[in-house]
Amino acid sequence: MRAVLEVLSPGAMASIQDLGRSGWRRIGVPGSGALEPGWLRLGNALLGNPEDAPAIEFLAGGLAVRALELPLQVALAGHCTAELVHAGGRRRLASWRSVCLKQGETLRCGNLAVGRVGYLALAGLAVVRHFGSASTYARAGLGGIDGRLLAPGVRLSVAAGCSGERLLQRPPAVDEAPIRVVPGPQDDHFDAPAMAIFFTQAYRVSAAADRMGIRLDGPPLRHRPDKGAEIVSDATVPGSIQVPGSGQPIVLLADGQTAGGYPKIATVITADLPRLAVMAPGQTLRFAAVSVAAAEQAARAREAELQALIAGIGPLAEAGNGDPQAIYTANLISGVVDAGAADGLPAAVGRSPGER
Amino acid sequence: MPLRQPGAVMNYRILSLGDAVLTIEFGAVIDRRLLAAVAAADQALLQAVAAGQLPGVVETVPTFRSLTVIHDPLRSTRSEVEAAIHAVLRQTAAIVARRGRVWQLPVCYGDQLASCGPDLDQLAAACGLGAAEVVRLHAGGCYEVYMLGFLPGFAFMGDLPPVLARARRSEPRTRVPAGSVATAGSLTAIYPWESPGGWHLIGVCPLPLFSPSWPQAALLQPGDRVRLRAIDAGEFAALQAAAPAMRVAAQPPLAFLAAAAE
Repeated sequence: MRAVLEVLSPGAMASIQDLGRSGWRRIGVPGSGALEPGWLRLGNALLGNPEDAPAIEFLAGGLAVRALELPLQVALAGHCTAELVHAGGRRRLASWRSVCLKQGETLRCGNLAVGRVGYLALAGLAVVRHFGSASTYARAGLGGIDGRLLAPGVRLSVAAGCSGERLLQRPPAVDEAPIRVVPGPQDDHFDAPAMAIFFTQAYRVSAAADRMGIRLDGPPLRHRPDKGAEIVSDATVPGSIQVPGSGQPIVLLADGQTAGGYPKIATVITADLPRLAVMAPGQTLRFAAVSVAAAEQAARAREAELQALIAGIGPLAEAGNGDPQAIYTANLISGVVDAGAADGLPAAVGRSPGER
Repeated sequence: MPLRQPGAVMNYRILSLGDAVLTIEFGAVIDRRLLAAVAAADQALLQAVAAGQLPGVVETVPTFRSLTVIHDPLRSTRSEVEAAIHAVLRQTAAIVARRGRVWQLPVCYGDQLASCGPDLDQLAAACGLGAAEVVRLHAGGCYEVYMLGFLPGFAFMGDLPPVLARARRSEPRTRVPAGSVATAGSLTAIYPWESPGGWHLIGVCPLPLFSPSWPQAALLQPGDRVRLRAIDAGEFAALQAAAPAMRVAAQPPLAFLAAAAE
């Protein structure tokens, strides 16, 4: 049986994403996919989905969806709260759980308490795939619903039915350690003082943050005069940190261009890129240099951590009339967001990181 | 079939892009010999991947002067991937780059419709030429597709007549319209999609350049050559109206093919 989930509001921005596509950068098609693949996998695990199933990725908050006609199950991942609006009133929900939406019930996601990204995992979403992935890449009209971002009124065909709500025993920790990078491939365009600035000063996520990349604000990084601020274009990847003539670094993300002509001072390691990708405008960060071997070890450690979180998923025990997840709220969120407010959204998404 | 030349693939160095990506760099310029080395390395590594000799490698990305290799750091380590790459490239000879199809694409230049090429006059002034002369020179060229990248179906083509070569704009645009025909340095390109960009915009091509419904998705492939035909505003409008149907067709608009492969 198929059920229908209607998007009442995409919030600031929402799109269908899975774990992305590979093999097509050679014709300029980026991988796209979840900015935080670990959270997408957790959301899918909460529903018993394959880990690469497509879900709704929302930026900043405000996503609202409603079950039409038949009951269906969704799961929420990301540092947010939500509320379930039903005939008898409203019920507040914390994140990192699956939830059954009965006919006519609405789920509204509040603003994100930490970062700018959350996921609503869906059971059995029927969606078009391009180049092996359902991920939306709106610039070229690939994946998702007609290749577009989600808009109010979009109806998603999902599996009907509810099979028991489940909960992540321990949500992912918020880690504020420096973002680890491997210097290069064009760190030779910068002299020692510029590298010292990059590795000692704080950088702030600017308002120019979207799925293509994040422009950082901070002390400018001057190029060596004999090397300059342009290279003959070569391949860029998610995690590439480009430094254009302005000296303000740009970190490329899932939808980032596949080639570029600016020197790349460093590359964010696999383990830390999701942590950077979900940062909201205004958050600050520092960079730390590591070796490739240390980065590989970090990638394995992150994967082991994720597997441990997934192994800790268990049935949700409804404890009386209280919110069984108050413990999460205490850990993550100080001051509960008014999830019902439609206009409580940060304005700072969607501007492009700018020139290529 | 590409012709194999005697001797191994050119000298290269390996650069790290974090723990999951490395770039095999053959040089720092746009040069036919480097393109041949990249093509040879790409073909050899793809064969090695298919033969299971490069565990964990998921993708290779050729550019003018380098080949980027993406692997899964949970399936293979950098030192394993590097050693396997060295072993493959030791046995790889340079090949002559593929000569592909020849296209003739219509372009409405800024001297026909100002909105078509907002930078035409500025570029002409910078080159010490009149706008009509820039159009004549640009439309008179035959450009080779060196690489695809940046955006889906974006073809980096060259070389421009040397008199037209100018560094990119100092202040990039946040919004370049889809179809814009542009120049930067010795290169020219057509933006398949609206995007930010720092190239000089001198005209617009009304044809779609990319569609997932076409067999190869990208209209232009590396090795293809592109001739241009200046069109007026009326022809531009007619082709623009036909473009949506071309994009959903099962084949790219082959009517704009100038000649078969040589």
